Amino acid sequence: MFELNEDQKMMQKLAREFAEKELAPGAELRDEHEEFSRPLYDAMCALGLSGICFPEQYGGAGADTLSYILAIEELCRADSGIGISLSATVSLCAWPIFAFGTEEQKIKYLAPLCEGSKMGAFGLTEAGAGTDAASQKSTAVLNGDHYILNGTKMFITNAGEAEIYIVFAMTDKTKGTRGISAFILEKGMPGFSFGKKERKMGIRSSQTMELVFKDVQVPVANLLGKEGEGFRIAMATLDGGRIGVAAQALGTAQAALDAAIRYAKERVQFGKPIAANQAISFMLADMAAKIDAARLLTWRAAALKDAGKPYSKEAAMAKMYASDTAMEVTTDAVQIFGGYGYSREYPVERFMRDAKITQIYEGTNQVQRMVIGGALLK
Amino acid sequence: MEIIVCIKQVPDTTEVKIDPVKNTLIRDGVPSIVNPFDRIALEAAVQLKEKYGGRVRVITMGPPMAKEALKECLAVGADEAVLISDRAFAGADTLATSHALAAAIGKMGPVDVILCGKQAIDGDTAQVGPGISVRLGMPQITYAVKIELDGGKLKIERESETGFETHEAAMPVLVTAAKALAQPRYPTVKGTMKANRAQIPVWTAADIGADPKKIGLNGSPTQVRRVFVPPARAKGEIIRTGSAAESVALLMQKLGEAGIV
Repeated sequence: MFELNEDQKMMQKLAREFAEKELAPGAELRDEHEEFSRPLYDAMCALGLSGICFPEQYGGAGADTLSYILAIEELCRADSGIGISLSATVSLCAWPIFAFGTEEQKIKYLAPLCEGSKMGAFGLTEAGAGTDAASQKSTAVLNGDHYILNGTKMFITNAGEAEIYIVFAMTDKTKGTRGISAFILEKGMPGFSFGKKERKMGIRSSQTMELVFKDVQVPVANLLGKEGEGFRIAMATLDGGRIGVAAQALGTAQAALDAAIRYAKERVQFGKPIAANQAISFMLADMAAKIDAARLLTWRAAALKDAGKPYSKEAAMAKMYASDTAMEVTTDAVQIFGGYGYSREYPVERFMRDAKITQIYEGTNQVQRMVIGGALLK
Repeated sequence: MEIIVCIKQVPDTTEVKIDPVKNTLIRDGVPSIVNPFDRIALEAAVQLKEKYGGRVRVITMGPPMAKEALKECLAVGADEAVLISDRAFAGADTLATSHALAAAIGKMGPVDVILCGKQAIDGDTAQVGPGISVRLGMPQITYAVKIELDGGKLKIERESETGFETHEAAMPVLVTAAKALAQPRYPTVKGTMKANRAQIPVWTAADIGADPKKIGLNGSPTQVRRVFVPPARAKGEIIRTGSAAESVALLMQKLGEAGIV
């Protein structure tokens, strides 16, 4: 548990080397221009990162979840926007197809996601259905060998760029959460279009848009799982996704700590580096300890998933603690940089903006506490 | 095409510090990497294999931990790797090292091309590659920037201090790689998994039939008399005042004052 194996160490190194050389140099500009880079995304996939934790028979590499999590942390340390774009493909699109798909669906949709020729996205959230995911307005009505899908999804990571979408819609409004079903959609299906691009506070190198469905004919063969299983699929998917968000938060927090340590050693005030002040070194110590605690929670959740054990509560703990840590650590990093930290000349304000979303998406941290509380009191 | 690439595990010299008292490298905590020029040689080898078919084998002489460097090579396209490791090799200079590597390569069967980095970033001698070619009685072309197969022979462009030369070489031939020869690829996830599961044979001095008098400290005539840190070079001055003509005038004045012109 406390010592990574050879595979895991090498995955971490592989992702770090790529992130430092390819992602870090342009991260500031991509943030500035709110630009998602498909060529960089494709380069990550060419290394095999999109198929890292799936079986070789579907074009994956057959590594474990922990290897994947280590890679996400390293990518997000350089550019959390593009890191989470990969995480959205792997955790939120490829994984539910792997876990709930038919063999035909795996061959048709999981394999290209693993090989990296296609990108994935996940559409659950709607304007009126955020934390209350059960109040879905999108509908899917069976009509012969097709479902007719109508509705709108919002805040969808990778929307517009992705070729494959997991989309949730009501197939039976009378049944509440048991009336939700999951579907696999392809970009280009008639009636499937994209709405406005979100202008975000952080993770601006990822693309976030609306999905719009107007009488989209989805073949029955594209129903994921059974009718009415959508909510269960969504919740199971988000359990795994949360480990990815925890890793994203770790990457951002670690980047902020690295920058703060460097700066504290260089910045001289009153004739000595500010790191020589306990006020600063104690802040750094607290930041480092919290990041390590968050990392161990995250690794444990991934290890439980790899062991085939329940991990819902542990993933919620990891996501909640890592994201709260990321917000705290990035805020402290800005404080250590002082006025320069508030300036866009230095990257720590970007880290602070990037950190905030990790407390919000894939279940707000209030929802995480509901999950943890629910598990404790059942 | 049967290709053998010779590599060396070196400290990442961008992170190396020198002990100011003992004048030795501080190796603690410094990551080890595959010598960057060797990575370029390997990339060129893998590209030749991808273009013309064949096999790429990697060899290194070093302590058991050098297996890590060989694994990195397997992860970026080498088919097999061999480590030659024995206490008898310890203390080798470039002469003894080239003896050991040549003996090992002799055990590896027929070879068409041996590729080496032009030099290692720790010792910077650029002697081991040429040394191997001499011990094997094979022609050598150093500082290659381009290699192509042309009618059963290799067409190799090399850089020299005066420009570029194009050579034709019958195989087998030893080639050393300059920076422009290839751009090393990143390891892939699958390549890394495969590399981690690969069995890397370890050959001893006896296995390769090396002459005990020619390897290790016994085979090394080089004696290091003193190691010192060269004085830091003063920073250059960049003249950029107003127009080009003004800058040139100022430059000429400064060169005159310094007695250079």
